[in-house]
Amino acid sequence: MSTTTSTEKARTVVTGIGLCAPNGLGPTAYWKNTLRGQSGIGPITRFDTSKYWSKIAGEVPGFEPAEHLQGRLLPQTDHMTRLALVATDWALWGAGLRSTDVPEYDMAVVTAATAGGYEFGQREMQKLWQQGPDFVSAYQSFAWFYAVNTGQISIRHGMRGPGAVLVTEQAGGLDAVGHARRQLRKGVRMALTGGIDSSLCPWAWVAHQVSGSLSRSNDARKAYLPFDEDANGYVTGEGGAIFVLETADSAAQRYPVRVYGEIAGYAATFDSRVPGREPGLRRAAELALADAGMSTKDIDVVFADAAGTPELDKAEAEAINGLFGPHGVPVTAPKTMTGRLFAGGASLDLASALLSVWDGVIPPTVNIRHPNKDYELDLVLDDPRHQRVRAALVLARGRGGYNSAIVVCEYNR
Amino acid sequence: MSRRAVITGVGAVAPGGIGKKAYWDLLAAGRSATRSITHFDASPYRSRMAAEADFDPVREGLTQQEIRRLDRAAQFAVVAGREAVADSGLTFAKLDPTRLGVALGSAVGCTTSLEREYIVGSDVGNKWEVDQTYAVPHLYDYFTPSSMAAELAYLVGAEGPVNVVSTGCTSGLDSVGYAAELIAEGTADVIVTGGTEAPLSPITVVCFDVIRASSTRNDDPNTACRPFDKTRDGLVLGEGSAIIILEELEHARKRGAHIYAEIAGFASRCNAYHMTGLHPDGKEMAEAINAAMTQAKLESEAIGYINAHGSGTKQNDRHETAAFKRSLGQHAYATPVSGFKSMIGHSLGAIGSLEIVGSLLAIEEGVIPPTANLHEPDPECDLDYVPLVAREAQVDAVLTVGSGFGGFQSAMVLRRVEEAGR
Repeated sequence: MSTTTSTEKARTVVTGIGLCAPNGLGPTAYWKNTLRGQSGIGPITRFDTSKYWSKIAGEVPGFEPAEHLQGRLLPQTDHMTRLALVATDWALWGAGLRSTDVPEYDMAVVTAATAGGYEFGQREMQKLWQQGPDFVSAYQSFAWFYAVNTGQISIRHGMRGPGAVLVTEQAGGLDAVGHARRQLRKGVRMALTGGIDSSLCPWAWVAHQVSGSLSRSNDARKAYLPFDEDANGYVTGEGGAIFVLETADSAAQRYPVRVYGEIAGYAATFDSRVPGREPGLRRAAELALADAGMSTKDIDVVFADAAGTPELDKAEAEAINGLFGPHGVPVTAPKTMTGRLFAGGASLDLASALLSVWDGVIPPTVNIRHPNKDYELDLVLDDPRHQRVRAALVLARGRGGYNSAIVVCEYNR
Repeated sequence: MSRRAVITGVGAVAPGGIGKKAYWDLLAAGRSATRSITHFDASPYRSRMAAEADFDPVREGLTQQEIRRLDRAAQFAVVAGREAVADSGLTFAKLDPTRLGVALGSAVGCTTSLEREYIVGSDVGNKWEVDQTYAVPHLYDYFTPSSMAAELAYLVGAEGPVNVVSTGCTSGLDSVGYAAELIAEGTADVIVTGGTEAPLSPITVVCFDVIRASSTRNDDPNTACRPFDKTRDGLVLGEGSAIIILEELEHARKRGAHIYAEIAGFASRCNAYHMTGLHPDGKEMAEAINAAMTQAKLESEAIGYINAHGSGTKQNDRHETAAFKRSLGQHAYATPVSGFKSMIGHSLGAIGSLEIVGSLLAIEEGVIPPTANLHEPDPECDLDYVPLVAREAQVDAVLTVGSGFGGFQSAMVLRRVEEAGR
């Protein structure tokens, strides 16, 4: 298989953002609340947590699926698919694309997943084992599996271009966008991409609790404290972001369309566990910068992965400082207001990065009272920092050794 | 300079035999490995057959810790991965690890382990608030299948891009296509790719039962999967894994590697029609085939063999038959077409990779494996489906296709590679 050099340099821009976050539905509400430092983390309401030691998460509030989706879609979709379908509608709407404008074979769909429609899966598993095979939903075959969001999105909007689904745990929200950009470079005009995730049901909760990564605190202000001396694990959440990507040429032809920014660089690496090897996060960032043709001087903010455990926070601080030097670049983690959203988390960070570039403001990291001085990071704490953001670096890591990085920048025609 | 992705190593865990040789013997003999399910008591289910792999993890060299920790699908991938690594002749420890990646296909991940753990924690479905007391420490790794690609990455020491590609029943084709794209664009020089699936647990069996997609020929399990036959009544599930070492052509030539074939073209399309249904016109699959052929710079006449999806459902048989005609025109009638699922069942996210490996061996051996159990051709399926008996043929290019839930349609062109210097 050979590369097509003519389109290889096609620039990729973002013209639509749709998102569902624990602290805001839609980009406008999310951005306003995020800049105010308003957190969406709180006690779980979706299931009874009395039997579990972990009781808080970032739930998307005020989401009534029936307000947004046809009734026939409800019995066949998990909560996370409903969020994804609605975010997709908003992304297309924001990009000025009606379903009839979607360029059919010229539009790819690439989403990230971690656990599929898990709540749906638990319900059907219970029916199977309690009531018997005849009681299992006819939709189980696809409502649970990892590919569901790409399938449902493509059907809803008649997108017939390349379809893909990537799973790299919490790095997936960047890998999907990287792969969508790859489709554009191969000659596809537009792509619908990103990640939205939710697994707030008891069966998922057991998995989260044994993962060893959840915070032991149930105080929403003290549970998820990345880069803090009291870092003790993370809080989970639901939501994420979906984007309309298109080639710069396509966007120019559709003028006056809003261009949030350009996906200038992307790379992914892996930590092999071979003794003596450097962790791969820094290399992912370096490769993404090289891909963008930029140096660290061009980057005005880093959206950190912010794992929230001392070991991983230290490794990330070392990666950032290795590139930028101590206190060399503003670093932020707005996910302290949402919790970690699995396949959706890195996509939401990418949305924040694009809004930063668009708006000229860096959103804050909240709840950090004792930033670990040894990390030597310039953390943007509590209050937004108003400044021009020419380009932003977004970092993400997935359990097992996955690292991904994306560089977004201002788009100048 | 254009970079080409070639296959230099393969490994297989398949129903009917472990290892590429046993797998090929089964295909070449046209023997079917479908049988009554033995993994669990299938008596409550509508379809009680599957193509099971006789897989003994101890005999295959896995440690007790690996066996406890890894889902059966991950065990398959490790065993097939080790065979592929050995087959490639590559010394992985000497490669630049940053130029080495993994792309693994799987449709349903670690479902078998998840279901087993669910039954324990929920007291056989009695509790909605699943009990955490008995949860195994690696439950989270079953929860998200990226753990399986990570396992292959540890096996070979990969530090480049690592991914699970999960597009349902086309995952095993799409993962290899994804890997080929990474090599072509220059992101990696070697990628361990392929697919794995161990879906034979009640929840997955019931998924196909409730939509009546699976065969009910329970009294005759060995001939139950009958693609392109008018008596066919649905698919038969399978399990297995095929792992493929994909390498940049010059990288492979420099070390004098044995090259099976080149991934000359790959494309996927969404049908945007229905999550489980297929439109009989086969338009989107034809689009995928056309795109893959264009990328391969091949005319229809170059295709010597079509490896069909051939799942054994009426809608699939008609859909892909239409797609072959729509894309290849008259040449579709002159090209042998066969379906491996008649022999090894439908192993969801693994089958695409198993079909690639079988197609590569067809090129190597000059033998086209047949469609088993095809005695009474469906008059609406009027191509040459190589019924029952394998056929000798010199094949230089193969088209292999996949089709799956979610509307995914994928096509790949495998082509014999010319000798160096020509």
